[in-house]
Amino acid sequence: MSLALEPSVGPATTKQVTRERIAGNVQRYGAAIVLGLLLVVGSFAFPTFPTLSNFTNIATQSSFLLIVAVGMTFVILTGGIDLSVGSVYALGGILAAYGSTWGIAGAVLLPLLACGTVGILQGLLIAYGGMAPFIVTLAGLLGIRGLVFALTNEGANTPLIKDASVTALGQGGMLGLRWPVVIAVVVVVIGSVLLARGRGSQTVLAVGGSESAAVLMGLPVARVKFSVYVVSGLCAGLAGALNAAYSSSGVPTVGVGLELSAIAAVVIGGTLLTGGRGNLIGTTAGVLLLTVIQNLINQIGSLTSSVQAVVSGIFLAVVVIIQTVLSRTQRL
Amino acid sequence: MTDQLSTAAPAPVLEARGVGKTFTGVAALQGVDFTLRAGESLALMGENGAGKSTLIKVLTGVYQPDEGQMFLHGEPASFAKPVDAQHAGISTIYQEVNLVPLMTVAQNIFLGREPRNRFGLIDFRKMQEDARALLATYDIHVDVRRPLRSLALGMQQMVALARAVSIDARVVIMDEPTSSLEAREVETLFRVIGMLRSQGIAIVYVSHRMDEIFAICETVTVLRDGKVVHNGRLADLSRVELVALMLGRSVEKVKRGGVTAFGEVKEGEGEPVLTARDLSRKHQISGIGLDIRPGEVVGLGGLLGSGRSETLKAMAGVMQLDEGSLTVDGKRVRSGSVAAAIKAGVVMLPEDRKAEGIIPNLSIRDNIVLAALPRLSRAGFTSRAKQDAIVDVFMKRLRIKAASPNQVVSELSGGNQQKVMIARWLAMNPKVLLLDEPTRGIDVGAKAEVQALINELADEGLAIVLVSSELEEVVEGSARVVVLRDGSVERELRGSEVTEQHLMAALVGENHSPAEESPAEIKERL
Repeated sequence: MSLALEPSVGPATTKQVTRERIAGNVQRYGAAIVLGLLLVVGSFAFPTFPTLSNFTNIATQSSFLLIVAVGMTFVILTGGIDLSVGSVYALGGILAAYGSTWGIAGAVLLPLLACGTVGILQGLLIAYGGMAPFIVTLAGLLGIRGLVFALTNEGANTPLIKDASVTALGQGGMLGLRWPVVIAVVVVVIGSVLLARGRGSQTVLAVGGSESAAVLMGLPVARVKFSVYVVSGLCAGLAGALNAAYSSSGVPTVGVGLELSAIAAVVIGGTLLTGGRGNLIGTTAGVLLLTVIQNLINQIGSLTSSVQAVVSGIFLAVVVIIQTVLSRTQRL
Repeated sequence: MTDQLSTAAPAPVLEARGVGKTFTGVAALQGVDFTLRAGESLALMGENGAGKSTLIKVLTGVYQPDEGQMFLHGEPASFAKPVDAQHAGISTIYQEVNLVPLMTVAQNIFLGREPRNRFGLIDFRKMQEDARALLATYDIHVDVRRPLRSLALGMQQMVALARAVSIDARVVIMDEPTSSLEAREVETLFRVIGMLRSQGIAIVYVSHRMDEIFAICETVTVLRDGKVVHNGRLADLSRVELVALMLGRSVEKVKRGGVTAFGEVKEGEGEPVLTARDLSRKHQISGIGLDIRPGEVVGLGGLLGSGRSETLKAMAGVMQLDEGSLTVDGKRVRSGSVAAAIKAGVVMLPEDRKAEGIIPNLSIRDNIVLAALPRLSRAGFTSRAKQDAIVDVFMKRLRIKAASPNQVVSELSGGNQQKVMIARWLAMNPKVLLLDEPTRGIDVGAKAEVQALINELADEGLAIVLVSSELEEVVEGSARVVVLRDGSVERELRGSEVTEQHLMAALVGENHSPAEESPAEIKERL
């Protein structure tokens, strides 16, 4: 019988499944692929690019942003946003410098304690107070930057780190890598394992995928939302402390606009800005991409940093367009 | 009324005695007694506003009753949160699939209770195996590693059901689970329900579809105005008796009224107000021609995929055409532009009012005047007085039941929401009204009102095109019916030909004898 009864959404054909899988993989590993291409092209174009010292340099430059971006990935996966990380990063740096008078313990614990508290406050307001993450963390961005200036006599003071064990945390290292790089790698690895196989990871993805469904399934939605802001605060504080140790000082104006770089890296890395899907390998590739683009433009020499901003912007726009196309492909 | 089940029936799993719930002085439930036994499938019936949703919310821990007591396996029980009810073995399947579309089938089934290895990390292999095994027990075979959103809606609903049951559920409450499913998927759902019952799981089934209720339910509890008006075996009731109980009217009155509330229908006279010629779009419709005259309701018949919704969308400018022309009052209308169609006086009430029509957080007033705003504005400012006047007229005329025009639309019943949608388009002063499933998902009483309204509007000279998957609605509501098949016009039924039999024969093709396929079978495909 020739009835037009084929259901509009039937079981997918193998072709569709294949297409869907390819689209999914491009979304997941696209940033890594582009990064690879860029490294190859850069190596052929500029003889000064593929040197060990340049690569170590790139790694060190990326490490601080990467730690911040790991926390941001968790936040964005739940469908939230954390705009406060730039200011919290600066707070972490200042407190590390002040705390360094008590040696390395003070330089690490003081920033973590304070920045974790910022995360706790923001998390409480967002998860249990039901307030919009954008507004709460925008308040954090403004308020914490103010606090940083208050702590440094309107930004006139730049507390220096004199303790050698603390500066060694930023400038020393192992196997040719600086400690911030090693720590960033450790953070990514721990984060990846937690995200892939950890207790709360499924709830993180569920909250970002469909919060109402997660609530109806009886998942600990509020607890998970709260946790990601605490994690993000801790990550930003840690990165700030390491950066202070690296530059031997807590600079009050550091980290302005860092939240936007972190969000850009996370999105370029294939995490959906609406939440529910993403991974830290992508975020790592996203951070490295931003740094490598900057590095390559510096290699050209004649171009200014404004060009770099333009290129990064165009790059982000292209990524967003590709992501949209890919997620449409996957919707069948 | 007394419970007519024999005393040998299994012990009650879930019971409510004298349950009452009051919202700001209005009693939503009053002294409700409710009994559910193992393996029983109970239909919970009632018009919208009768207290069905409130009762379900009380049973699932969303609301706490103000009075009365609930019993689980004979023990007093109370649920402070939905999670408590779930832990007690009461699961709910909602109208919309409440799972996470981006996550895989397996992840969705085991969310919140993922199997772990000895390091406390999630064991995905075991999760997938378990998910596969679980679905296989219900004869559902699907790649559990695929994201949920890539499955058909019916399959998603099945996954939701599997999840609900795998949490050791003893009671599964289904709130209109089939409203978005296709006939074939409904069949699978019913099969699974049968299996669940044989495992001793009790089902509470809420649906507006009588066919389904009578097909799978054993007992029925009828609510009206927050009170239980009937409790007993479904087999002892006829459909008319059931409707009479729900509406609180006598059986005779319901019978006399027919199945639908349409009055007399007549063909329009004079020049057609809308003429469509050769409407075509690749793979969807080809060469469709229609003439609609003022004052007539033309039914558009067809099975799923016949192109009936596409034809409406083409006329409303929602869908771009490859070929064809549309003229209104002799003037050609640019195709593929909603603005042009509205300007010409052609407006459409979309099939899915939640997704394509209603803006839930806005008030009734704002929803009604929304589309008319450009017309009411001068230099970018709109007169509040003019808006109020229009809103007032339509709320009275369409008998929209609401506290005030400022009430948020999401608080209204489905029927009243639909009336708000109709009001929005009538406020545009249209010449042609295209209705796609105007009574889907609204209860019996509101359905009758919407049908009566369609009648009235035609009498006032509006040209109406009606699409409905309910045959009786098309047949009783339309003066003539244009039947589509495979994207083109199969035939037109007029006058005495407008009967369910003729329509069914036309739906499957003229040469196809209706005897080969029973009317019930054809109906099921709609």
